[in-house]
Amino acid sequence: MEIKKGIAVSPGISIAKSLIIDSEDYRIPRRKIMPSQRMTEIQRVRNAFRDAIEELTQLEAEQDQTEGGKIKDIFAVHLRFLRDRSLRKRITDFIHAESVTAEYGVSTVLREIAAHFSNVKDPYISERAADIYDIERRLLRQLLGRRREDVEHLSEEVAVIARELSPTQTAGFNKEFVKGLATDAGGRTSHTAIVARSLGIPAVVALEDLTEIVTGGDTVIIDGNRGIVIVNPDDETIQQYERYSHELVELEHKLDAIREKPAVTRDGTKITVLGNIEFPDEAELVLQKGGEGIGLYRTEFLYLNRPTEPTEQEHYEAYAETVRVFQHRPVIIRTVDLGADKYTQSKRFAPEPNPFLGLRSIRFCLQNLMMFKTQLRAILRASLLGEVKVMFPLITNLQEMMQAKMILRDVMEDLDEDSIPCNRDIEIGVMIETPSAALTASTLARDTDFFSIGTNDLIQYTLAVDRGNELVSTLYSAADPAVLRLIRTVVQDAHKAQIDVALCGEVASEPDYVMLLLGMGIRTISITPPMIPEVKQIIRSVTIEDCNAIARKVLSMNSERQISSYLRNAARKILPEAF
Amino acid sequence: MQAGQDPLEKVVCETTVEIKNADGLHMRPAMQFVDVANKFNCDIIVSNSENTVDGKSIMQMTMLAATCGTKLMIKAEGADAQIAIDALRELVEKKHFDEPLPGDRKE
Repeated sequence: MEIKKGIAVSPGISIAKSLIIDSEDYRIPRRKIMPSQRMTEIQRVRNAFRDAIEELTQLEAEQDQTEGGKIKDIFAVHLRFLRDRSLRKRITDFIHAESVTAEYGVSTVLREIAAHFSNVKDPYISERAADIYDIERRLLRQLLGRRREDVEHLSEEVAVIARELSPTQTAGFNKEFVKGLATDAGGRTSHTAIVARSLGIPAVVALEDLTEIVTGGDTVIIDGNRGIVIVNPDDETIQQYERYSHELVELEHKLDAIREKPAVTRDGTKITVLGNIEFPDEAELVLQKGGEGIGLYRTEFLYLNRPTEPTEQEHYEAYAETVRVFQHRPVIIRTVDLGADKYTQSKRFAPEPNPFLGLRSIRFCLQNLMMFKTQLRAILRASLLGEVKVMFPLITNLQEMMQAKMILRDVMEDLDEDSIPCNRDIEIGVMIETPSAALTASTLARDTDFFSIGTNDLIQYTLAVDRGNELVSTLYSAADPAVLRLIRTVVQDAHKAQIDVALCGEVASEPDYVMLLLGMGIRTISITPPMIPEVKQIIRSVTIEDCNAIARKVLSMNSERQISSYLRNAARKILPEAF
Repeated sequence: MQAGQDPLEKVVCETTVEIKNADGLHMRPAMQFVDVANKFNCDIIVSNSENTVDGKSIMQMTMLAATCGTKLMIKAEGADAQIAIDALRELVEKKHFDEPLPGDRKE
C-alpha cells in the first residue's frame, strides 16, 4: 500500500483498477512487462510502423511541390526511416532484451539515435535530430492512439492515471466506465480538473511521480475530497473508504433536494445559475442539478478525435440536441476555442513555440474562415429552436470583435440567399478573458449584447502563470488583487452600458468566492453541473448586504494571501455547513 | 559482370568515394543513396574510418554523419555488385546528389 498526496480538484471517492495513459509529449516511463508479453509488444511496434507508413504515404501524396518540394522531401525521408528494417530491429531487440513496453522501446531507441545526431559537430547534420523526434512522435501517436481507443471501448470501471491529460484524450473517454482521474501534473483549473468536475468523478492532480509507482491494473483509491491517492490499498482501507463513499453519496442526495428551489438570496435578490457543458449529453445533468440554462457550451469536442472537420449538419445536430432539452431557457454557444492544444498543434508542421500566446481561439477562427462559417451557419440554424446565443472567445481588441460580428452577418446573408431561416436578432456576446479585453470593456460593451468573464484564462494571462505547471501553479489565484480589480472594472462597465455580465470560470463554483462575486455585482454565474446544488445552497444562505460588505473589504486589500484567508474565514462564519 | 556468369556466384567489388557536396551526407542525400542501393540485390556495406554500416539502411547511413570531404569505402557483395558500385559512385562523385558544391555556395 502506498499513499500519495496531491491537490484535490474534483470531489468524490473512487475505488477501481487503474488504467495508465501515456502522454505523447513527455518521456515515456520505463514500464516492465512479463517476458511472455514481449511478443505482443513487438507486434504492437510492427503495427505502429505499418500504420505510420500508411499515414505518412498519404500525407506525402497530398503535398505539392511548394517551397521546392522541401516538405515532400522531409516526408519522403521519414518514410525511408520507417521502412528501415534495421531501425525496427533495433527497437524489437531492445524490447526483447529488456522486457519493456512498445512505447518505451520506441521512445528510448529513437532518442538514442537523436542524441547521436545532436552530438555531431556539423550543424547541418546535428539539426536532423528534430526529424528523429518527429518520427518518434508519429510512432507514439500510433501506439497511444490505440490506447485511446481502449479508453473508448472499456468494459469495466477504471481509474485513469496519466502524466497529464489533453483535451483530445479526455474527449475519447467512455464516461460510463471512467470512475476517477489522477495525474502527475496539473493544478486546480487544469483540463483534467475541468473534465472531472463536469463528469462528476473524483480527481487528484499534482501527484508528481504517480505514473511511475502505479502499474496498469493495480487497485487505486482516488480521494477527491482530501487529495489523496492510495495505490494497492489493504482490505481494511478499502472497507473504510467504502463507508466514507456511502456517506458522501447521502450528503449529495440531500443537496439534490435543493434542485427545485430558486437561487435567491435571503434578502430576495435573484441569481441566475447556469451550467458549463462540454458534450451534448451533459445538458440533462444541468437540468437534473437544477441549472437554469447553459452559460457556456464548449464546442471543441466536435473537432477532437477525428481525422476531418465536422460538417455543418454534425454541428447542427449537436446544438439542436442541447437546445431542445432547454427549450426556452438560454443556451450560450461559444464558438470553437481551439489552439494551444493537440488539435491545432499536431496539424502544424512546426509547432508554435508559445501556443498560449499564439494562433488560438478566435484568432484561429478568423484565419480559418471556412471552418468558422460552417460553425456559425449551424449555430444560426439552431437559433430557431430555442433561446440560443452566440459567444466569441478570447477577444483581445475591438477589431477582432467587429470582424467576428461581420462574419456572422455575412453568414446570415448567405442563409438568406439559400432561403434558410434563422433568428436575425440572435444575441451576440464576447468572453472577457484577457487583460486587454477587461481594460477596454467599456468600448467593447457598446457593440455587444453580453459579457461572460472567463476567469480561468483571465487569471493566467493577468498573472502570467501557466496553471498546469506545478512549479508556479501556487501563484495562480483568483484572489490576486490584479485579477479582482479587472473583474470589478468589467462588471462596472457592463452595468454602465446596461448589458448582461456573467461569470463562467471555475472560481464561481468555489464556496469561498461566491459571496465575493455577488458583492462585486455578478448576478449570473455559469458553473460545472455537479457544483450547482452546493452553490445554490450558498446563495440561499446569504444576504446581498453581507456580500457587499465582503467585496468592499476585499477590494481594499493588497495581497493575495490576505484576501484568500479573509474569504475563507468569512465563508466559514456564514456557511459553516459548506465546509 | 560478364555475360554467362553464374548469377549465384559471389562477386565482391570495392571502391572509395569522397563526399563532394557542401552539406555532406544529410537526410536527402542519404535518402538518394539508400534508394539507389536498394535497387540492387547485392549486400552493400559502407565504412568511414570508424564505422561500418549497411548501405541500404537510411538510419545507419545518416549515423555515419559524413561531412563534405569524408572518404567512404563502399563494398558490394553479390551478382550485381559491380553495377551497384558504379551507380553509387556516379551518385556520390559525379552527381554529388544534385546538391551544391562548396564552391557554389559563395556565388
